[in-house]
Amino acid sequence: MQVERWQHERAFDFARRKAAGKVKPPALQMAADPGPGRGSGPIYDLRLKVAVESFIINLLNGLSWGMLLFLISVGLTIRIIWGPGYHVVDPPAILSGVFSIFNQTYPVYRVFLVVAGPLIGLALWSFFQLTRWGKIIRAAAVDREMAEGIGIRVPILFTAVFALGTWLAAIGGALAAPHQSLAPSMGERIIIESFIVVVSGGMGSFPGAFVGALALGLFESFGTVFLGSAQMAVPYILLATVLLIRPHGFFGREL
Amino acid sequence: MRTDKPISTIIFSLAALAFLSASPFVLPVYWTLILTEILIMGLFAMSFNLLLGYTGLLSFGQAGFFGVGAYATALLISRGGNSLFLCLLISLSSGAAAAGVIGYFCVRRDEIYFAMITLAFGMMLFTVAHSWIKLTGGSDGLPLMSIPSVRMFGIEFSLFNPTNMFLFVLSVTSACILFLWRLVRSPFGLMLTAIRENKQRLSFVGAGVQNLRLAAFVIAGALAGVAGGLFSLFNSMATPDFMHWGFSARPVLMTILGGSNIFFGPMLGAAVFFGLEQVITNITENWMIFLGLILTPVVIFFPRGILGTLVHYLFKKKKIKP
Repeated sequence: MQVERWQHERAFDFARRKAAGKVKPPALQMAADPGPGRGSGPIYDLRLKVAVESFIINLLNGLSWGMLLFLISVGLTIRIIWGPGYHVVDPPAILSGVFSIFNQTYPVYRVFLVVAGPLIGLALWSFFQLTRWGKIIRAAAVDREMAEGIGIRVPILFTAVFALGTWLAAIGGALAAPHQSLAPSMGERIIIESFIVVVSGGMGSFPGAFVGALALGLFESFGTVFLGSAQMAVPYILLATVLLIRPHGFFGREL
Repeated sequence: MRTDKPISTIIFSLAALAFLSASPFVLPVYWTLILTEILIMGLFAMSFNLLLGYTGLLSFGQAGFFGVGAYATALLISRGGNSLFLCLLISLSSGAAAAGVIGYFCVRRDEIYFAMITLAFGMMLFTVAHSWIKLTGGSDGLPLMSIPSVRMFGIEFSLFNPTNMFLFVLSVTSACILFLWRLVRSPFGLMLTAIRENKQRLSFVGAGVQNLRLAAFVIAGALAGVAGGLFSLFNSMATPDFMHWGFSARPVLMTILGGSNIFFGPMLGAAVFFGLEQVITNITENWMIFLGLILTPVVIFFPRGILGTLVHYLFKKKKIKP
């Protein structure tokens, strides 16, 4: 009975949405719909425009599959060019060597990383919080339709943000290169780790990402010491625990 | 929105079944093995699609249940079990049990959070398989020393024969698919689709969304367990890799490739996936790059997937104008 009634309702709802041109398959719907109350209809009208543009829009619709697969293809290109083996990169001469503190030696490059990481983070945070561009990006992320309504060209803006993100990822990779050995599969680990950091810290929160990264690093290090072979599960236990206690991460907004 | 018509799907699947049962007697042994793998992975992908395509939940830990099923069968046989029926029953129930426990925690989350939490639990299962060396053999895997035979009409069929193995896998897979087909067309299946479409509205009319989701998760886990059990019989091996998130990504790729809105989409996706692998590995070892090149346009321009798009253009020519 319930189902019959619901079927009727669904047919009604379906017809209405079809009339509004908003019917999409669920996979895309999931990727495109940023949350309750925020429609994404106009974005899809754009798809008839240029193929390239629609490609980029789809890439930018959150965590769309296209993006993931595209990145996998990029990763495999790396494998073809530089081969499947490991490579070792030396830090630049000025940052190589060690220095001693409290009778312990410590590599200079690691100290450089410890300083450079928060600095880049701080710069990024100021860019998003203090500049006009940062404000525009945040506005588009909060309410895409409204931002378009007041004349912000969201697709192009998000393309730029995507480029910025890629650039930052490349900087991260370049900084990490002397610190760990390079292999085509290194991205596989880092993508899961960054997912864990971002989701457990709270999506869209810089302090969250910072705290999440620190927590993950500390838990992993202590896990290696105290848990032995079970340390592999530590990041995942962290992620599951955070999501069970705070469904949107440490610093995530509760919707 | 389902794009397949029941009648044509039934005719199509009966024809496919007849065709497939005859194929091992015609095809070379090598392709029989490939077809067996396609069937198993197709079943795995279809169990996953019960969550993605019908319930709207993206599970990234489905390989965990696949692996649990694989290890259940492998352990039973290494402990001297000698009944295929028991193997599959154990795989099914252990997959369901694992999915029940894990799903209890997962089904309250949505979208990316659901994906991440299932990923987390799947990787915990992976760690158990990888680190509990006494029970599972660690990263070396757990080999199956013997494979029980099928006894039918007083004759014993050894599953070491690829043809017998294929027919066995085909019959189990068909039974599971028949079950899924009935399931998605039952009132329960419609409720699942309702969750995908609008779960708020469904809970307003009095349905327990979380319980329904949990039920779907358990059924998907059980079927993934069966697929895992079959896979370990087919491979004579269960390894922790079966549980890694990289393995969870496979049904996702297959489902997207074939089409998540159509019943047989994931199965076709599996066929395309392995078919491409076979064809392209002859040319270059980096066959995944071609997979990426094919998948990207499929995702962007044909979001219905290959089978979904085909069916749409063959049977639904008159488009409803917006």
